[in-house]
Amino acid sequence: MAGRIIENEEVVPNVRRLVLEAPQIARRARPGQFIIVIPDEVGERVPFSLADWDADAGTITAFYLEAGVSTLKLSRMQPGESVHALVGPLGRPTVIKKYGTVLVGGGCYGLGAMYPLVRAFKEAGNRVVALMEGRTSYVIYNEEKVREVADEVIICTADGSRGIRGHVKEAFEALSEEGRKFDYAHFVGCTYMMMISSKATEPYGIPTVVSLNALMVDGTGMCGCCRVLVGGETRFACVDGPDFDGHKVDWDQVFSRLAAYVPQENLAYQYLKCREAGSVRASPVREEVRP
Amino acid sequence: MSKRPQLTPRERMAIPRAKMPEQDPAARATNFREVPLGLTPEQAMREAERCLNCRKRPCVAGCPVGVQIPEFIALVAEGRFVEAARLIKETNVLPAITGRVCPQEVQCEGNCTLFKKYGGVSIGALERFVADYEREHGLVEIPPKAEPTGKKVAIIGSGPSGLTVAGDLIKLGHEVVVFEALHEPGGVLVYGIPEFRLPKDIVRAEVDYLVRQGVKFEMNAVVGMTYTMDELFDELGFDAVYIGVGAGLPRFMGIPGEDLNGVYSANEYLTRSNLLKAYLFPDYDCPLPPAKKVCVVGGGNVAMDAARTARRLGADVTIVYRRAREQLPARAEEVHHAEEEGIHFQLLSNPVRIIGEAGRVVGMECIRMRLGEPDESGRRRPIPIEGSNFNIDCDQVVIAIGSAANPLLTKTLKTVKLNKWGYIEVDKNNRTSDPRIWAGGDIVTGAATVISAMGAGRIAARSIHAYLMGLPQPGEEGAEGEQ
Ligand SMILES: Cc1cc2nc3c(=O)[nH]c(=O)nc-3n(C[C@H](O)[C@H](O)[C@H](O)COP(=O)(O)OP(=O)(O)OC[C@H]3O[C@@H](n4cnc5c(N)ncnc54)[C@H](O)[C@@H]3O)c2cc1C
Ligand code: SF4
Repeated sequence: MAGRIIENEEVVPNVRRLVLEAPQIARRARPGQFIIVIPDEVGERVPFSLADWDADAGTITAFYLEAGVSTLKLSRMQPGESVHALVGPLGRPTVIKKYGTVLVGGGCYGLGAMYPLVRAFKEAGNRVVALMEGRTSYVIYNEEKVREVADEVIICTADGSRGIRGHVKEAFEALSEEGRKFDYAHFVGCTYMMMISSKATEPYGIPTVVSLNALMVDGTGMCGCCRVLVGGETRFACVDGPDFDGHKVDWDQVFSRLAAYVPQENLAYQYLKCREAGSVRASPVREEVRP
Repeated sequence: MSKRPQLTPRERMAIPRAKMPEQDPAARATNFREVPLGLTPEQAMREAERCLNCRKRPCVAGCPVGVQIPEFIALVAEGRFVEAARLIKETNVLPAITGRVCPQEVQCEGNCTLFKKYGGVSIGALERFVADYEREHGLVEIPPKAEPTGKKVAIIGSGPSGLTVAGDLIKLGHEVVVFEALHEPGGVLVYGIPEFRLPKDIVRAEVDYLVRQGVKFEMNAVVGMTYTMDELFDELGFDAVYIGVGAGLPRFMGIPGEDLNGVYSANEYLTRSNLLKAYLFPDYDCPLPPAKKVCVVGGGNVAMDAARTARRLGADVTIVYRRAREQLPARAEEVHHAEEEGIHFQLLSNPVRIIGEAGRVVGMECIRMRLGEPDESGRRRPIPIEGSNFNIDCDQVVIAIGSAANPLLTKTLKTVKLNKWGYIEVDKNNRTSDPRIWAGGDIVTGAATVISAMGAGRIAARSIHAYLMGLPQPGEEGAEGEQ
């Protein structure tokens, strides 16, 4: 059944690999696309980038960080259980072309999501350099997979415990100073990383694409929750993206919209924990109005 | 039907129009339960006595699907409620829904002989009553089904239009699968129209009814993404497809400040509240942060629904509409309910800018409008009055100025012709330029009504059936049921 969990394993602290049964999504998936998951019947719709798929086995893979109530719920689900809803693949696939030398930089969940991009760029005949960033050496994951398809993998860590000290941005700058040239750059991961990395490639005139992770509701262009400003125009990340020109995205607006629900997200998270601890129950008023 | 007590027309006209009991405005402004509570059987029978059984049946002419109104009302007058419900269902398969959401005052009731002087017969309330009666008493019967034809029909979208086609075709013996992008079936009936106006249990009961008849629903299936149209025909073996995907693309105004936090499309606002139950946050995970003052821009049903939702979430709400009161396109009852619930109307006003501070909405600048000459639609065109700008304080803005065609599916179709606005072009049988594909509802007409979406579904179903069975198309010579 679509949505059945095959694997839900912590790969490094706080990051899990989720493998779901989804034959139809696996058949259709293209690099750069995403899925939407509703963990349980009271859950919300959460987008995740596709990190891999296997049409023969009928499975798809995504990586997630436990960051809020939905991912907390997901993290507790066991193989064999099913998520409440699973829909995809959504979004426009990444435009894969032969550019020459391609840089793909990933961090956070992007260490997972970068794999299909690296693979596709490689298959299109590019020389692909994969930059994988982490806070520290032991939070780097998915490295073996990326190595299978990249021409070169460069690790960077904020604390310098492995590879280049710094983030994707610093690693890119270090490589550029060495005289390395890139014809295209693609960044996927946390918004801050995508922003500063895009700013770094701009002076070099390298065409740069980012896979944004806007908040979404339906994921089909129906609500406009995920709107972003790109080159002064309002675009919907779910149907016009998630890929956009990293040099044209209005980053301030992206940050601002991502923060729209932080207080509610915290409240929901606390509330779930309290409910589990037995200290609150659904309020009687709410029970009464529940349809 | 001769058993009707013989009242004279004068006596009938003397009966006061039924007043449906409603939740008290103050109480209901804080809950999401349905507002009108429905007629009692006695009230319904008495209201039915008001019908003059006019020979010309003006009410029927006003109904987009031609419900046999005087005939069903006569059955109500005799207390034969279930028979009345079944008679309605011959032309309208979702009476519990249309009875609640049809704009009766411009359709059946507006055409009623009694309308001007006495108030039309409460056709919508009666329709709702008999449908509720049948359902609540467990008297809904599964209709007999024709022999299986071995033909398969795919329906894309589970709104009122798609549900109608499904119901008609399953009875005729075809295999029917409905593909729906969202995780709940019902289209606007579940994601748009709020619980307090259309309880979701009713939509669920209608869907269950189709499931019991054998209709299959595949949820979370976005055709154009999860499946392609070619795949439906070539790999999954469908013989015909009906497209009923609605007009799900929100319009924004294109004014400064629309990307601020706290600005919502009505689709987003209502989807969060209705489909994802944000009004039960944090029992449900989807948030819809409470606001102190909400401005809703627009004057249709969508605007009323958003405003009344915001009110129930605790806000002080103002509707900003660029024309005058008489032009409000919403159902009269919704405007009336909104006013009773304490929603303010800032009429003849149009937003020019949304004002933000630190990325959040703090107000909206508007300009006053006056009405000029009528435009092509016959409505007087609103014209801004220069220098009349004023500000409204608010911390949320909901934009409910209409929707457009969502291109997600249509842009993937090579053989289906679209008009210049992106809506699908169809012939009088709702067939598209691809002879295997039909379309109807909002994706053909632009945002319209539940009943017109259902009417289109009925027309298409007839044509699909004829096509599948190798019969002449309705309207052609030799067609069945030629009127
Ligand atoms: C808030 C609101 C209030 C309204 N109030 C009233 C009222 O009081 N009275 C009235 O008569 N009308 C009202 N309307 C209008 C009415 O709801 C619509 O005219 C009617 O629902 C149109 O029906 P439909 O079947 O064409 O489409 P919809 O109801 O829009 O259903 C379309 C369905 O298709 C699905 N879909 C879209 N794309 C795809 C895809 N690619 N693959 C699979 N599924 C897809 C959508 O998710 C949706 O569920 C209201 C509308 C709104 C938004
Ligand atoms: S379907 Fe709508 S217009 Fe037709 S009779 Fe019923 S309420 Fe009136």
